[in-house]
Amino acid sequence: MPQTPLIQLSAVGVPLDLANVDTDQLIPARFLKYPRDEKYRTYLFHDLRLKPDGADNPNFVLNNEPYRSNGRILVADRNFGCGSSRESAVYVLQDWGFRAVIAPSFGDIFFNNSFKNGFLPVRLPPEVCAKLRRDLHDDPGAEIKIDVEAQTITGPDNVLHPFEIDEFRKYCLMRGLDDIDFTLEHTAQIDAFERKNRPDWLGHNA
Amino acid sequence: MPQTMFEKIWDRHVVEARPDGQCLLYVDRHLLHEGSFHGFGYLSDRGMPVRRPGQTFAVADHYVPTTSRCIEDIADETARGLVARLESNAAAYGVTHFGLDHEAQGIVHVIGPEQGLTLPGLLIVCGDSHTATHGALGAYAFGIGASEVSHVLATQTLWQMKPKTMRIGVDGERPAGVTGKDVILAIIAEISAAGATGHAVEFAGSLIQALSMEERMTVCNMTIEAGGRTGMIAADEKTFAYIKGRRYAPQGDDWEKALADWRSLPSDPGATYNTDVALDGTMLQPMMTWGTSPEQAAPISGAVPDPGDAPNAEKAEEWQGALEYIALRPGQKFQEVPVDRVFIGSCTNSRIEDLRAAAAIAKGRKVQVKQAMISPGSLLVKRQAEAEGLDRIFREAGFEWRESGCSMCVGINGDTIPAGERSASTSNRNFRGRQGPGARTHLVSPASAAAAAVTGRFADPRDFA
Repeated sequence: MPQTPLIQLSAVGVPLDLANVDTDQLIPARFLKYPRDEKYRTYLFHDLRLKPDGADNPNFVLNNEPYRSNGRILVADRNFGCGSSRESAVYVLQDWGFRAVIAPSFGDIFFNNSFKNGFLPVRLPPEVCAKLRRDLHDDPGAEIKIDVEAQTITGPDNVLHPFEIDEFRKYCLMRGLDDIDFTLEHTAQIDAFERKNRPDWLGHNA
Repeated sequence: MPQTMFEKIWDRHVVEARPDGQCLLYVDRHLLHEGSFHGFGYLSDRGMPVRRPGQTFAVADHYVPTTSRCIEDIADETARGLVARLESNAAAYGVTHFGLDHEAQGIVHVIGPEQGLTLPGLLIVCGDSHTATHGALGAYAFGIGASEVSHVLATQTLWQMKPKTMRIGVDGERPAGVTGKDVILAIIAEISAAGATGHAVEFAGSLIQALSMEERMTVCNMTIEAGGRTGMIAADEKTFAYIKGRRYAPQGDDWEKALADWRSLPSDPGATYNTDVALDGTMLQPMMTWGTSPEQAAPISGAVPDPGDAPNAEKAEEWQGALEYIALRPGQKFQEVPVDRVFIGSCTNSRIEDLRAAAAIAKGRKVQVKQAMISPGSLLVKRQAEAEGLDRIFREAGFEWRESGCSMCVGINGDTIPAGERSASTSNRNFRGRQGPGARTHLVSPASAAAAAVTGRFADPRDFA
């Protein structure tokens, strides 16, 4: 589906000092059946953010100002988004207001799903992520700047960090493009592949 | 140049390669479950058909009850709606649907191989991270997200960057009492929950070859728990014997052609991998997880590790947090830890051999936990178990004999572990809250789960031999 383009963004960075944040933490499975409506954002980090009685957990970063109402860039730790293939893990971050996550590493499927939704996962070295989180803790509300065109992240200390992104994903992200439209332009090649390249032992109904 | 099995299968599916490395891959078979409602919604919004409905198969497993085969018995209205929507979407788009009352119903990763949909050399996707299961038959199979499901429905293709290759070799004779589940838990403990990230994994070596087909499925199933999107094992005579005669398997002349093709697929001698890992199979033991990540696993014969012994400060903190959640003390012997509930099921461990292994331990004993529940992986598995009398053994021991579905592995059909309770579970994820808010999950093999059920504590299945 068409996305909001992401070209440049300066926004409050939210430090999340947890490694291996799995998709069940991002959105517990019991919420997956619901449609993506105005309530959807409240499922984000549901069981970390709220205590079993439904009250806010004061120790969770998103419950404290300035992050409660602000913060569009999450700075996390290694293996962020590991676990299931649920794309809801991306939807719920987006619906909360996040546009990007910076971490040393990501679950493969989460990383892939992010781009399909115009959401940017940025890999930076572990020591850079740790420094960014420290700086954000030291100065809550400090901003991080993302420049997709230049492929750089600027931390609160004004140090510039280059990041990698493949050209096609960058192109789609900056234009808010849906890759299905792009692929449909290749229908002739897909037709040809089906005629010539499928194993003969599959029979004609594959 | 010698090629790996993965590279051979990748190459035969490339429709188009872009200079930036993204390749358009052709999908042979697309498996769907209730979560596909996002994808069908997309097609509906755009007025598009499913490009190849004959290559698309749907089965409800995530939200189905294990107490009934009637859709009306799904208490939760939203969940009932999703199961019904899968059926109506399948009908509207001409997709084969194995409904709740169909003899082929079961967990999607159990029925794929069972029905002969999963075949060597095919590219198979499903909107579920445990799709790597199908790699046990030498297929290239991986889990995809909702946008990718829409993409495959609309185009029968996917854009992918070629992953790196990893060979995980496990050699040596398998010690008695060690199952496929113990092998994969040991691998994840060794390489970490992110050890295979960005890689297509090939499991190889003499111990892997010696595994049964169903154990191979268990090993490949949990590749994602090591970070890898796909795991595979070369097809061999055991694979061919498993496939032959299954409903969707090639027949007659096609079978002979397929065999010739499949024999060309294994990695060539001298093929190289980006990453090589080797484990000594002779050192393996029955395993269990003790924390909240699948990498936090250790032999059942041992004790809870001390965060003070963690390899670094970061890990020490993680271990500490995990132990607080799971409520275990460093040094505590696993076999002294009481278990509240036992779950035997899931796409990891719900096949007939799993049930036989559990029944061998349950036979003549009594359940010593609050609840011990068995959900066979499919209706065919259930019928086979009943034909062998396994259901009687389980019932007499005090187990609940249920219907098939994802059930307590993901806890969204109503089967959950209450907060603060401890489970021995044959599923694949011990994440916080995975089996229900506040649930404390320990991953084990079916034999170890049965041993825990009849002991009331974690137990070493070798003591029951």
